[in-house]
Amino acid sequence: MATLGDLAKLVRSKNAGPFWLTIDIMFDDADAYRRARDAEIINRAAIARLYHRIPADIIVVNHDAALAIKVSFPRPQSSGSKQDSDVYGGQQYAPLLGLEVPG
Amino acid sequence: MVTIVREIAREKGLHFRVAVIHSEIPRDVVRRHLHARRIRALPPSPPLTEADIGAATHIVGMMGVEPIQQALAAGAQIVVTGRSSDTSIFAALPLMNGYDPAVVWHMAKILECGAAAVAVRTAPDSMMAVLHEDSFDVFPLREDYHCTPQSVASHTLYENADPFELKEPSGTLRTGNARYEAISDRAVRVSGSEFVHDPEYTIKLEGVRQAGYSTILMGGVRDPYILAHLDSWLFQLDDNIKTRIRNTVGEQPYEIVTRVYGRDGVMGALEPQRGVGGHEVFILWDVISGSQELSRAIATSISHLAVHNPIPKWHGLISGVAFPYSPPEIDRGPVYEFHLNHVLLPDRPTSLFRTEYEEL
Repeated sequence: MATLGDLAKLVRSKNAGPFWLTIDIMFDDADAYRRARDAEIINRAAIARLYHRIPADIIVVNHDAALAIKVSFPRPQSSGSKQDSDVYGGQQYAPLLGLEVPG
Repeated sequence: MVTIVREIAREKGLHFRVAVIHSEIPRDVVRRHLHARRIRALPPSPPLTEADIGAATHIVGMMGVEPIQQALAAGAQIVVTGRSSDTSIFAALPLMNGYDPAVVWHMAKILECGAAAVAVRTAPDSMMAVLHEDSFDVFPLREDYHCTPQSVASHTLYENADPFELKEPSGTLRTGNARYEAISDRAVRVSGSEFVHDPEYTIKLEGVRQAGYSTILMGGVRDPYILAHLDSWLFQLDDNIKTRIRNTVGEQPYEIVTRVYGRDGVMGALEPQRGVGGHEVFILWDVISGSQELSRAIATSISHLAVHNPIPKWHGLISGVAFPYSPPEIDRGPVYEFHLNHVLLPDRPTSLFRTEYEEL
């Protein structure tokens, strides 16, 4: 079965301001996007489980025009604070790459 | 920045009026708004306190278009601003000229990162937008770049938590119903966004406080017997460090942040995989305390204790950490952390920002 990493054109994470982290999962063609979107593998419960977060804090948006799925949640600690290990939030997407996409 | 403008003007023999808009807000002004209940927390932060204001080394407000428009109306040909929203710089002039706020703010959001909204960007470059009554067209200036509806739509994702709700001081741009159409092989027309004016005008505050002084220490571990029991090895080390510090410097506050690369150094609390997978780890210790001397003394203790931290397998004095440098401690000086994540309701959109004019 294909993984999200196989299907996506780009998966990236970034700060959305110093207190939020945001992950973009972007696709090249509408079929791959719809396959990932309609499989509903990216949802609040799945993200909460993978990242040890509370589901109510998580935003998941399907952006049809951009052929992208977006996930955002508050950082466990603000960017650059003592406990933070990724000031720009650039390396926080890897756990999503192995998610299996049915279809 | 202003010095650069002055230099260019002198070198090229140019003459113009420059406006410099300051965005730093004195603590007293923030306090006055706090007392008047005109400051609100943004998620996930708690309400602002007097102590937060006192601890801030600098507080800036993220200006909207109004101070920039005021400067332009006063005849400024160059405006240098302190902290402003990325979009306000592009939105100020077209809003003054009466263009639809929904079209203008969406255009500003696409232009704010230049060529980031093209399909394939190999190097930073510029973008051009043409405004119409109910839409705008956007295209890159570099001839070998091109925009597609998808590349332009994607830019609303960039550095935002929600691509359909983009907050500005005066309201919210809603892009959920926006249409993106290709009008050539490199230009895209955007229409259909809405701008909803908020009943209250808000200025986002940004500020940091000093967290202390940091000294770091780094080293690698290759011994498979240590790696097999890394958590207990670190726990025992932590215990020994606490005892040593209590016995030497006493009860002064300090914090030691330990990052283990090869386990969860990159993701920390967000890491779903636990445990060490490879044959070596890299450990970064960060000591933060109220003075550089104390942080350095603690880091030096860590280096001695870590290197000889015993494990049950070996009997005798071990050397369990490989330090790439000697001395292994590196002072990082003062360190800061963001602690303001609040909005302020100003008397007027321009009231927090001070503008100076200069004739060059």
